[in-house]
Amino acid sequence: MDRSAIDQSIRALIEPFNKKGVEIVDATTFANDLEFDSLTVMDFVAAIEDEFDIIISMNQQAEIENYGQLVDAVLKMQGE
Amino acid sequence: MNETTPVKAADDATGDLFSKFDELIQTRETLLSSGIEDPYNLVMEKVLSPTRAICNGRDTILLGTYNYMGMTFDDDVVSAGKQALDEFGSGTTGSRVLNGTYQGHKECEDALKEFYDMDHAMVFSTGYQANLGIISTIAGKGDYVVLDIDSHASIWDGCAMGNAEIVPFKHNDIEAMEKRLKRIPEGAKVLVVLEGVYSMLGDVAPLKEMVRIAKSHGAMVLVDEAHSMGFIGENGRGVCEEQGIIDDCDFIIGTFSKSVGTVGGFCVSNHPKFDIMRLVCRPYVFTASLPPSVVATAATSIRKLQHGSNKRAHLWENSKRLHGGLIDLGFELGTSEPQSAIVAVIMPDLTQGAMMWEALLKEGLYVNLARPPATPANMTLLRCSLCAEHSSEEVETVLGMFERAGKTVGII
Repeated sequence: MDRSAIDQSIRALIEPFNKKGVEIVDATTFANDLEFDSLTVMDFVAAIEDEFDIIISMNQQAEIENYGQLVDAVLKMQGE
Repeated sequence: MNETTPVKAADDATGDLFSKFDELIQTRETLLSSGIEDPYNLVMEKVLSPTRAICNGRDTILLGTYNYMGMTFDDDVVSAGKQALDEFGSGTTGSRVLNGTYQGHKECEDALKEFYDMDHAMVFSTGYQANLGIISTIAGKGDYVVLDIDSHASIWDGCAMGNAEIVPFKHNDIEAMEKRLKRIPEGAKVLVVLEGVYSMLGDVAPLKEMVRIAKSHGAMVLVDEAHSMGFIGENGRGVCEEQGIIDDCDFIIGTFSKSVGTVGGFCVSNHPKFDIMRLVCRPYVFTASLPPSVVATAATSIRKLQHGSNKRAHLWENSKRLHGGLIDLGFELGTSEPQSAIVAVIMPDLTQGAMMWEALLKEGLYVNLARPPATPANMTLLRCSLCAEHSSEEVETVLGMFERAGKTVGII
C-alpha cells in the first residue's frame, strides 16, 4: 500500500472519532486539534492496528503527535 | 476571558512549575466552594474496630477500606507486632540487601511461600513498589509488556520506569489481548500483566482463558491479586486459584495493605532464577525494609488467612446482600452480579457523587469517592468495599443509609 492509500484508509478510520468534524491535514494534532483522550486513543489505535495488522506500542505512539506522522509511521511499519 | 488570566500569565512568566496544575486546583475549589466536605481530607480521629471509626467527629461505619478480612485488630496479629517492637525495635534503618533483613522478614517470606505453595517469595516495602520493581526489571529493552488498559497505577508506573515496548488492550477483552500477542515480532520476549480483581468496578478478569492464551504465545504471565488475596479461591490465593490456573502464573504480586491488614508488598514465583531479583530490582534494593513489627503482623495475619474459610463465606454473604440490596433500591452498579468484595455504585457526575458521598458521611457511613483519572471511562464512583467483620445487621443499616442519602440527593 502506498502513502496515499494508507492516508485514505486512516481517514476513513478516524471519522467516527472526529466528533467535531475537524479538518484533517498532516499537521492536525491528536491531543490538541482532535482532543483525543486516552480511551479514544486506545480505540483509535486498535482500529488502525486491526486494519493494517500491525502493533503500535505506546512508546511508538509517544512519537506520533500529528496525522502526517501517523501515516508515515504506518507506512514504515507496513514495509517492515 | 475572566480575571484569572493575567495571574496565570504572570505565573508562566515567572516560570512557576505549578501552573500545569491550575485546572485541577480550579475544579477542586469550585467543588469545595459549594460548601461540601472535602472527600480527600477526611481524618479518622479514633478507629474503634475494622468496621467503625470516629471520622470528622462522627461515629462512622467504614465501607471504604481494603480491610477485607478484618485482620487489623486481630489479637494474635496485634500481639505479634507488639512483641516484635519490643524485641527488634521500631525500624531496620536499612535496605533488605544490607542491614535490613531480620528474622521477621524471612519468616514473613516463609509464610507467603506456604500460603501460595510456591518456591520463592520476596517482600517489598509497599505493593506499589512490588509492581514497580518487578515489571520494570524483568521487561527490558526490546521486550514487550502486554497489559489491560485499566491496570493499576503501580503497573503503569512499572511500565514507564522500564524500557520495554508497552502494548495495552481493552479491559478484560480476551480477543483484543490475543490479537496483540499474535502481532508481536517473532523472537521478542513478552510479559502479560493482568489483575485478578480490578479495584475500580470490582470486576474479575477471565484469567483462565487469558492465561491459557498468553502461555500458548510463549509469554510469561504476572497476575496482581491485591484485591483478591485472602478472600477469593479455596485457600484465599486469589482469582488464579479460583479459576484453576495458579500453576501457569509465573509471578503473583500482592500487598499486605488489604486483607493482610498492614503495609508492604510481595511477589511470589516458582521461577528457578527468581532470587536474582534481590540484587537487580532497584525499588527493592534502594529503600529501607519494612519495620520488624510490620513483618511480624503480616506473617501472623497471612498464616491466619490460610484458615479463614468461615470469614470468606461471611464476606461473600455480605457482598451478595449489599449488591442485591443496592440494585433493588435502584442504584446503578459497576457489575451486574457481585464478583468480589468491592461493590461500585456509579454516580451521574462528580458533583452529585460528592453530594452523595457527603450525605452518606452525615448518615455515618464512609465509602470511597473515586473519580477520573483513577476511574475507567471518566466515571465517578462511590466504591464500597466490604469486610468479613461487617455484621449482617450492619449491611442492612448501610442499605438504609444509601436509601435515605440517595433520595435526599435525588439519585434514586
